[in-house]
Amino acid sequence: MGSDHTHDGHTHDNHFEPIEARVRALETVLTEKQLIDPAAIDAIVETYQNDIGPRNGAAVVARAWTDDEFARWLESDANAAIESMGFGGRQGEHMRAVFNTAELHNVVVCTLCSCYPWPVLGLPPVWYKSPAYRSRVVIEPRAVLAEFGLELPETTKIRVWDSTAEMRYLVIPIRPDVTDDLSEAQLADLVNRNSMIGTAVADTVNTSKRL
Amino acid sequence: MNGPHDLGGVMGFGSINIEPDEPLFHAEWEKRVLGLTLCAGALGHWNLDISRHARENRHPVDYYSSSYYEIWLKGLERLLIRYGVLTADELSSGHALTADTTPHVMPGRVLTADRVAATISRGGSVERLATGEPLYEPGQTVRAANDHLVTHTRLPRYVRGRVGAIESVAGHHVFPDTNAAGEGEQPQWLYTVKFDGTELWGANAEPGLVVSVDAWEPYLESA
Repeated sequence: MGSDHTHDGHTHDNHFEPIEARVRALETVLTEKQLIDPAAIDAIVETYQNDIGPRNGAAVVARAWTDDEFARWLESDANAAIESMGFGGRQGEHMRAVFNTAELHNVVVCTLCSCYPWPVLGLPPVWYKSPAYRSRVVIEPRAVLAEFGLELPETTKIRVWDSTAEMRYLVIPIRPDVTDDLSEAQLADLVNRNSMIGTAVADTVNTSKRL
Repeated sequence: MNGPHDLGGVMGFGSINIEPDEPLFHAEWEKRVLGLTLCAGALGHWNLDISRHARENRHPVDYYSSSYYEIWLKGLERLLIRYGVLTADELSSGHALTADTTPHVMPGRVLTADRVAATISRGGSVERLATGEPLYEPGQTVRAANDHLVTHTRLPRYVRGRVGAIESVAGHHVFPDTNAAGEGEQPQWLYTVKFDGTELWGANAEPGLVVSVDAWEPYLESA
């Protein structure tokens, strides 16, 4: 790579870390123009690193597993039910919860970009944003799920939800067997992130990494 | 537009790359791009649909060879230049080149650190008050329009011309096609429309597959 290669018509003289330099240039210009507050960038990053992530969604799922009234509320008005637990806002303004059953397995994708329910799941993993997942899961979901180690019986129907608008989907996985003695918090520990996207099922007490 | 972003059913991308450790960010600059995108969006020059279009409207070679946050960065640079917030020369030099340090920004629009939490938790609803009734109702059969617009639209190619059923009326939402074109929100009824796997992919579709998209009323025709 040359030392003065171009991107979109402008040049860089730093060929070691071109993208790093490019981002730093952008942040510097906007900061000098007093249009951004670099501390706000730090705060945004810290929010998604520390505060907003899949443990939020797991708490919602565990509540739905233990409280039938909450589950019905979640099904009929996901926004209100999720908000009652303190979660909501950016990229979760229009939530819908979809419930897995023995007959029907739900999987979520955004084929057009990377729409994902941030308030309950945080920022999406790289595979969710990748062309491989986005292109394949609508045409061959069973093959895709198999790559995640999930083999569903042929009798289980698969419903793929393509998030083409501002609706954001949270999959409510099936409650694992032999969990009657667990508390809501212990149940939440069984709810892995992928089970709320639909590329996994919930952990069992034996497979859980957290219990 | 029939752009590189419209990926449903496209083949050749290989297996899903599932990272064992799944870091949230893979470099420091990715964090800055996330934050810069949110902060620049808060200035109010453009809306979410305009920013989506700025990301997807790329040469396929560029789109597919760029990482996720690279696409965000390129989209952001393009918008900042288009709306006159900065110039290509400033990006090249890495410094503001004009004495005017407060261009075209409403007072209070700059997102400060103390307002980040409230801004994130407030979000931005796209539900708008409706004056009329939805044209379609759950259970009704519809055909997805076979339109191939050169502008921003959110009806993926793999459902165009296909027959599905209205599953639910999802709301009355800002219409991205006009909103991305600077023609206003022009809110429309939004439906969740489901399609059988065989309707989309033919006789060899995986068994028991149903795929749904969320489609605004102008994307649909009676069938």
